[in-house]
Amino acid sequence: MSATNSSTNGPSDQRSRTSDPAGDMPTSRTVEASGRYAEMSFEARMDTVEFRVHERAHIVVDGRKCVDCSVRGCITACPANLFVPTADGGILFNYEQCFECGTCYMVCNEEGAISWSYPEGGHGVVFHAS
Amino acid sequence: MSDFDVIVVGAGPAGSAAALEAARAGMRVCLIERGPFPGAKNMYGGVVYGRILDTLIPNWWEEAPIQRWITRRSTMVLTDSQALTIDFRTESWGKPPYNGATTFRPDFDAWLASNAEEAGATLICSTTVTGLLRDGQRVTGVVTDRPDGELTADVVIACDGVNSFLAKEVGLYPHTDPSNFTLGVKETLALPREVIEERFAVRGDHGLDIEMLGCTGDVPGGGFLYTNAESVSIGLVLSLPQLAKGGIRPEQRLARLKEHPAIAPLIEGGEVTEYSAHVIPEAGYNMMPELISDGFLVAGDAAAMCLAAGIWLEGVNFAIGAGAAAGRTAAGAVVRGDTTADGLAGYRTRLETSFVLADHRKLRDAPHIVMSDLAQQKVPKVICGMAEQVFTVVNPDPKPGMFKILWSELRRNKMGIRDAASHGIRAARTFR
Ligand SMILES: Cc1cc2nc3c(=O)[nH]c(=O)nc-3n(C[C@H](O)[C@H](O)[C@H](O)COP(=O)(O)OP(=O)(O)OC[C@H]3O[C@@H](n4cnc5c(N)ncnc54)[C@H](O)[C@@H]3O)c2cc1C
Ligand code: SF4
Ligand code: SF4
Repeated sequence: MSATNSSTNGPSDQRSRTSDPAGDMPTSRTVEASGRYAEMSFEARMDTVEFRVHERAHIVVDGRKCVDCSVRGCITACPANLFVPTADGGILFNYEQCFECGTCYMVCNEEGAISWSYPEGGHGVVFHAS
Repeated sequence: MSDFDVIVVGAGPAGSAAALEAARAGMRVCLIERGPFPGAKNMYGGVVYGRILDTLIPNWWEEAPIQRWITRRSTMVLTDSQALTIDFRTESWGKPPYNGATTFRPDFDAWLASNAEEAGATLICSTTVTGLLRDGQRVTGVVTDRPDGELTADVVIACDGVNSFLAKEVGLYPHTDPSNFTLGVKETLALPREVIEERFAVRGDHGLDIEMLGCTGDVPGGGFLYTNAESVSIGLVLSLPQLAKGGIRPEQRLARLKEHPAIAPLIEGGEVTEYSAHVIPEAGYNMMPELISDGFLVAGDAAAMCLAAGIWLEGVNFAIGAGAAAGRTAAGAVVRGDTTADGLAGYRTRLETSFVLADHRKLRDAPHIVMSDLAQQKVPKVICGMAEQVFTVVNPDPKPGMFKILWSELRRNKMGIRDAASHGIRAARTFR
């Protein structure tokens, strides 16, 4: 199965990253403007991590289930910010920059919305300085 | 005949220790790791406590890939604008046999796995175990994602970490309760060696370990800052259910900690060289699964053996201790020709008579206490508030008495004296 054959699992360039869904954190620009610590962009943050992407998506999200989900815990909790809400109440998910941590399937409250497995051996995240 | 006597899944600390001990006992051992090298998938806070290594690799400190030896350990309690730190240092932790050391897991895990290989274990990387081979209840081997990737063994030791799909497949975990888990996020920040020496008041290869409480906002958890040779590791541990309730994302909470007046000057100018995340089994003894089944043992995070109890964040040493016990038990059972659950029962006894289960049983209530609303939200404010009152000179008024200060801080934070006393007693019992 490939990443793009489901309507909710598009390639990464199709989605906009919302790094502050709650809106109660200063954005990088306001932080800089106030002269305090200049926080990096989320893209730059993820660029510090090596991912050996395999063509098979190791995590698949069934966006139809997400429409009925009231909690949507994945959006805030995923440390890689891979769950992006869509206008129609679904979820846009891309597996490529995933830490394989397990947070999403643990907090997901719709049975069967997330099919979770590890990537093929040798693929996925590779840490070097952690 | 089986392909191997013992198959170990996962070349983290538990798996490499298991493979090392089984291979030393003369077993034909296969150690399977899904990462391209051992440690590639693994992140943690940053300090390994080496005493358990003394029993496996004499003089390990001469060859282990160490960043810094911890000679200074601080415990910091924070509110948004205050910080109270207890700071301890000792020169004795800076020489053999040492106490704790910072090291990167991709380095450390690869080193430990190479010791297992030298002892005769076969290490296979870039291979994900996708399931178990079974004969009725009995585990007889593993299925991997390689072509013709089935391998049989008399004993399979699951050291596959916190998500342990193998322990779940055998039915040892009834269900996954997110409140038993925390998410750890961390940044490695590059800083020149001289800057680290100056800011953290350490010399040469000595280093500092700071554990923090009260820095995770409305989500229960904790924080840490560790010095490496030419970088520092700063991170947060966050309870999953509350994190998932929405609001502030993990890296935003970390950004907040980095802006705290007590932390910002320590990390100023540090460039992020790696952002990383991993889940921790937080609930210890109370969430541990069955450890033994026919032809099957579970060790390390796969069995929730990480000790995450506030001032302690120790998992690597527990994983090594458990893995070594599993490797020895498996070897003994293979030699005796009985690898049923009964034949492997000695594993539990070994763990109970060592720190692995003794510490966990003793501290079984600690994770719950540390993650409680009282410890997370109120205690830091009371402690910092008291310190501020004690050290604020209020002339021309006379100094208030200690009891009055305690009383006013308890009241300000809506904490009853009885409540405080009963929690204090409970905590004292747990940590005694
Ligand atoms: C943020 C954070 C901070 C921490 N801080 C500390 C600390 O400072 N000190 C400390 O001692 N501990 C700390 N810990 C805990 C420590 O990291 C763990 O307890 C420890 O790594 C457990 O070792 P393990 O061998 O059981 O599991 P892991 O280290 O997780 O190793 C499991 C291995 O199995 C492999 N694997 C998994 N599934 C498969 C499969 N299906 N097929 C093949 N291979 C597989 C993985 O790739 C991995 O290499 C921390 C943890 C976190 C997340
Ligand atoms: S928590 Fe689960 S069901 Fe809800 S939005 Fe996220 S993935 Fe979908
Ligand atoms: S496993 Fe972790 S990093 Fe990957 S999608 Fe799930 S929560 Fe995000």
